[in-house]
Amino acid sequence: MGDGHSKEDIKKHIKLYIGIFIALLIGTVLTVAAAYVDLGHKANIALALFIASVKAFLVAGFFMHLTTEKKTIYTILVCTVIFFIGLMALTIMAHYDVPGAGH
Amino acid sequence: MDVPYTTKPRSDTGLYNAKLGIWLFLASEVMLFGALFSSYILLRVNALEGTWPHGLLNIPIGTFNTAVLISSSITVVMAWASLKLGKFNHFKIYQGLTILCALAFMVIKSVEYKDKFTHYEVWFNDHEKKSIRGHIEVPGEEGNPWFMTHKKLAERKIETIKIHPDPKVTVASGKEAHGGAEAHDGHGDHPPVQEIKVADIKRLSAFVPAHSTYFAIYFTLTALHALHVMGGALVMAYLWGPGSKMWKTDPERFTNRIEVSGLFWHFVDLVWIFLFPVLYLL
Amino acid sequence: MQHTTHTAPHETSHEHHHEDLGFWRTYVFSTDHKIIGIQYAVTSLAFLFFGFCLMLAMRWQIAYPGEPIPVVGKLLETILGETAKGGIMSPDLYNVFGAMHGTIMVFLAVVPLAFAGFGNYVVPLQIGAIDMTFPRINMASYWSFFIGCVVMFFSFFIPGGAAQGGWTSYSPLASTIPTDGQTYWLIGMVLLITSSLLGAVNFIATIIQLRAPGMTWMRLPFFVWAQFVTAFLLLLAFPPLEAAGIMQLMDKVFGTSFFLPTGLMVGGQVADISGGGSPLLWQHLFWFLAHPEVYVLILPAIGIVAEIIACNTRKTLWGYRSLVYSVLAIGFIAFIVWAHHMYLTGMGTKISAFFQTTTMIISIPSVIILTCLFITLWGGSIRFNTPMLFALAFLPMFGLGGLTGLPLGFSFADLHLHDTYYVIAHFHYIVAPGTIFALFAGVYYWYPKATGRKMNEFWGKVHFWVSFIAMNLIFQPMFAQGMAGMHRRMYDGGATYSGVLDPETGDVVGLEAFIINLNKGITHAAMLMAVAQLPFIINFFYSMFKGEKVDDNPWKATTLEWQTPTPPPHGNFTKEIIVYRGPYDYSLPGAKEDYTPQTEPNHK
Repeated sequence: MGDGHSKEDIKKHIKLYIGIFIALLIGTVLTVAAAYVDLGHKANIALALFIASVKAFLVAGFFMHLTTEKKTIYTILVCTVIFFIGLMALTIMAHYDVPGAGH
Repeated sequence: MDVPYTTKPRSDTGLYNAKLGIWLFLASEVMLFGALFSSYILLRVNALEGTWPHGLLNIPIGTFNTAVLISSSITVVMAWASLKLGKFNHFKIYQGLTILCALAFMVIKSVEYKDKFTHYEVWFNDHEKKSIRGHIEVPGEEGNPWFMTHKKLAERKIETIKIHPDPKVTVASGKEAHGGAEAHDGHGDHPPVQEIKVADIKRLSAFVPAHSTYFAIYFTLTALHALHVMGGALVMAYLWGPGSKMWKTDPERFTNRIEVSGLFWHFVDLVWIFLFPVLYLL
Repeated sequence: MQHTTHTAPHETSHEHHHEDLGFWRTYVFSTDHKIIGIQYAVTSLAFLFFGFCLMLAMRWQIAYPGEPIPVVGKLLETILGETAKGGIMSPDLYNVFGAMHGTIMVFLAVVPLAFAGFGNYVVPLQIGAIDMTFPRINMASYWSFFIGCVVMFFSFFIPGGAAQGGWTSYSPLASTIPTDGQTYWLIGMVLLITSSLLGAVNFIATIIQLRAPGMTWMRLPFFVWAQFVTAFLLLLAFPPLEAAGIMQLMDKVFGTSFFLPTGLMVGGQVADISGGGSPLLWQHLFWFLAHPEVYVLILPAIGIVAEIIACNTRKTLWGYRSLVYSVLAIGFIAFIVWAHHMYLTGMGTKISAFFQTTTMIISIPSVIILTCLFITLWGGSIRFNTPMLFALAFLPMFGLGGLTGLPLGFSFADLHLHDTYYVIAHFHYIVAPGTIFALFAGVYYWYPKATGRKMNEFWGKVHFWVSFIAMNLIFQPMFAQGMAGMHRRMYDGGATYSGVLDPETGDVVGLEAFIINLNKGITHAAMLMAVAQLPFIINFFYSMFKGEKVDDNPWKATTLEWQTPTPPPHGNFTKEIIVYRGPYDYSLPGAKEDYTPQTEPNHK
C-alpha cells in the first residue's frame, strides 16, 4: 500500500480528519442558519445545496480517500454520476416539456 | 480455495477485491438514492402551487442528529487510522463510539417518527376553510391516538373530536405555515382548543406516509436511510466484537475490512448530508 | 501481475484434501461458480418453459375466445378455481397470465439464464480465474433470486391471483387493482433486483481483478466483454427500478400517492388518497431500467453467438476491436434512450426529439456488431452443427427485430404502432428467435463442458429446424396485425372490433376478418413450437447419462474454458494458466492444427 498510508502519513492524515470534522460541523450550522435567512426561495435552495455539496466533497474526498483513489474507481464513479445526472435531468426536462403549455 | 487479492492489491488495478466491490456497490447505491432524490424533485415540481408542506419537521432535533452522524464519520475513520498505526485498543474505542453514535441516531429518529405518528392534519369538506394541524383528542382513546384516520372515526361512529391547533410559526422559506414540530416545546401562543364535527371532515391524517407526497418521500427516504444505518451498525458491531479476532491472525485483511465498512458508513453519512437540508430545511 | 502466478496452482493442490463438503454444501448451498451457474440455468430453463405455457394458454383464448382450453383447461379450473371456470380463461386470468408471462420471461428466465447462468459458468473459466471474486455473495445472489422466484410463483395461488398490471406495472392501474398480486410482484422484484445487483458487483469485480496473467483487456473473449457491459447495465439501471418498486409498494401497502394523481377515480369514486403523485414518474423510473434491460437480454446472447461463430467458422472474429467498442457504446447510450417508450404520454417535441435521436444513434453500434459477425462468416469453412445453426439463425432474426424497431423509435411512426401487435412482433424477434436461439446455441455448445457428454446432433437439428419455422410463423403475421391496428392487450384477439363499419360511409374500419383469422394460424404455430421443444427436453436429460462421451475440447476451441478437465474441478484449472494470445487464433498459418489455444506460447 505505497499510497501515502505509512505511519507518518497516517498521523498527518489524522490532523486533516479532525479539521474536516470541524468543517463539517460548521457546515451544518451554516446550513441551518442559512435556512432562516430569507434570500428568496430559489437562492435559499441553491445555497443549501451548495453547502451540502461542499460537505459531501469533504466526506467523499478525504474520509473516503477519493482524492487519492485509483483510476478504475474514478471511471466507475464518473459513469455513475453521468447516468444519475441523465436520469434526473431528462426526467425533469420531460416534465417541463409539455406540448402547448407555456412553461 | 482462496481467491487472490483478498488482502494485497492487484498490481495493475492497485485495488484489493473488497474495495472494488464496495465501490461498485456504492455506485448502485448512488443510483438508488439518486432515483429517490429525482422522485422528490419531480413530486415537488409536480405539486400544486403552495401545497408542498414546509416546516413540519423538528429542525433542532434534525440538526443534532446530523451532528451525531458526522461524529460517527470521524470516529469510523479514526478507527481505521488506529489499526493502521497498530493501536488495537484505540480501534476498539473508536469503533465502539461509532456504534454508539449509530444507536443514538436510531433512537432520535424513532422519537421523531413517534412525534409524527401522533400529529394530525384535518381537511374540511368546506373548501374555503383552511386545514388545521395539531394534536387531537378522540373519545375512547387515551392521550394522543396513533395513526387515526377519518375512516376509523367513521367506523367507530364518533361524532366530534377535539383538536389542539399548533401555534403559528414562521419557517425557513419565509412562508407562513401552521407550525409543526417546534410547536410543542411551548413557544408561541397556543390557539384555543377547537371541537370539530366528524361530518365536516373531508380527510384526517397523522403525519404518516399517506398524509401527502411530502411525507411519503420523507418516510421512504429516511426509513431506507435508517435501514442502511442499522445494516452498517450490525456489520460494525460484528467487526468490533467477534470479527475482531482476525486482527491476531490477519491484521492487514482486518484493516481492509474496517476500511471497507468505513466506506459504506461514510456513504450513509453522505446521503444524510443531502437528506437533512432537502427534507428539513427547504 | 507477478502475484497471480503462484497463488492459484498452489491452492488447488492442497485443496483436494478437504474438499469433502457433503452433499448440501457441494450441490445446494455451493459457493462454486460452476454449480451456481448450473443452478441458475436449471431454474431459469424451468421458468422459460413455464412462461411459455402461460403464453400458450393465452394464445388459445386469443384464437378461440371463450372456448375451453383443451387438455389443461380442467387442470386450470381445479387449481385456480373461479377464474378458469369450465376451463375457459376469464379476463382476470388473461391479465394475470399476460403480466406474468412478461415478468417471468424477462426477469426469471432469459436474464438469469443469459447473464447469471452462462455468465457464472463461463466467465471465470474464460478469464482463467479459480472462482468469482466473492463466492459467498455469489451464493447469496442465487438464493435471493430463488426466493424471488418462489414469491412470484406462489402469487399465482393467492386469492385474486398474481399481478395483473402487465409486466410494466404502470401506475395507477397496477396499484389500484384490489388484489394482492401486485404486492407479491413488488416483493418478488425487490428480491430479484437484489440478486442482480449482487451478481453484477461480482461479475465486474471478477473481470477486473481475477484475469489470469497475460489476459489483457484486448485478449478477453468477446463473451466476457458482453457480460462486463451487461453487469454495468444491471448495476446502474436496476436501482432506480428498485426505488420505484419501493415507492409502488408504499402506495400499495401504506396508502401513499407517489404515482397516484390528485382526483384519481377508482370504481367511479374519488379515491381516498392524498393525491399529488405522478404516474409518469413510475414510467420514467421503470423504463430507465427496462430499456437497458433490453440490452441485458441481448448482449450476452451476442456474446454467445460470437464465441460459437468464431469457433465454427475456424476464423478469428472480424473486427474484434470494433465489436468491443460497439458493445461499450451500446452500454453507454442504453442509459439515455428510455423515454422512447413514452412518446404517447403527452411528451413535448423537444424531449421526444432528443430520445428519438439517441435511439437512432444506438442502432449504429448494434449494426456494427451484426455486420462484424456476418463478415466473419465470409470465406469460413463453416461447421453446421447444432450450436452453429442456432447461432446463424440468430443473425437474421436479430437483424429483423432490430430493423423493425426503427419505426418504433420515430415518434411519428410510433403514434400508429404504439401498443399494437407490431411492437410484440418487434421485441419478440429480438428476444425469442434472437436471444433464446442464442441461449439454445449456448446450451448445446457448453453442455459438453459441464457434463462431459455431447447432446444428440440429430435431435438437436430437429429441434432447430422446427423451432425456426414455428418462430417465424408465430411472429411474422403479428407485424401485419399490428400495422392493421390490432391492440396488444385485447382479451378476445380483436373479435370485438372485427368488421366494425363506419356509420356514415359503410366502410369496414375495424379489423378485417383476414387479420383476425391470423390469430388461429399463430396459435397453431405456437403449439408446433411447444412440440418442437420436446426433443430438446428429452435430449437434455437423456444426453446427461447416455450422450456421446467427449474429450476436454470437443469443438477444438481456443478459449480458456476448453483448457481445463471436463467437468472442471473445484478451482477450475489443474495447471498454471498464462495467456499468450488473443481469444480467436483459428487457422493460423504455419500452426500444426487449425486452432491455437490462448495458453499456447508464441514459438519463434
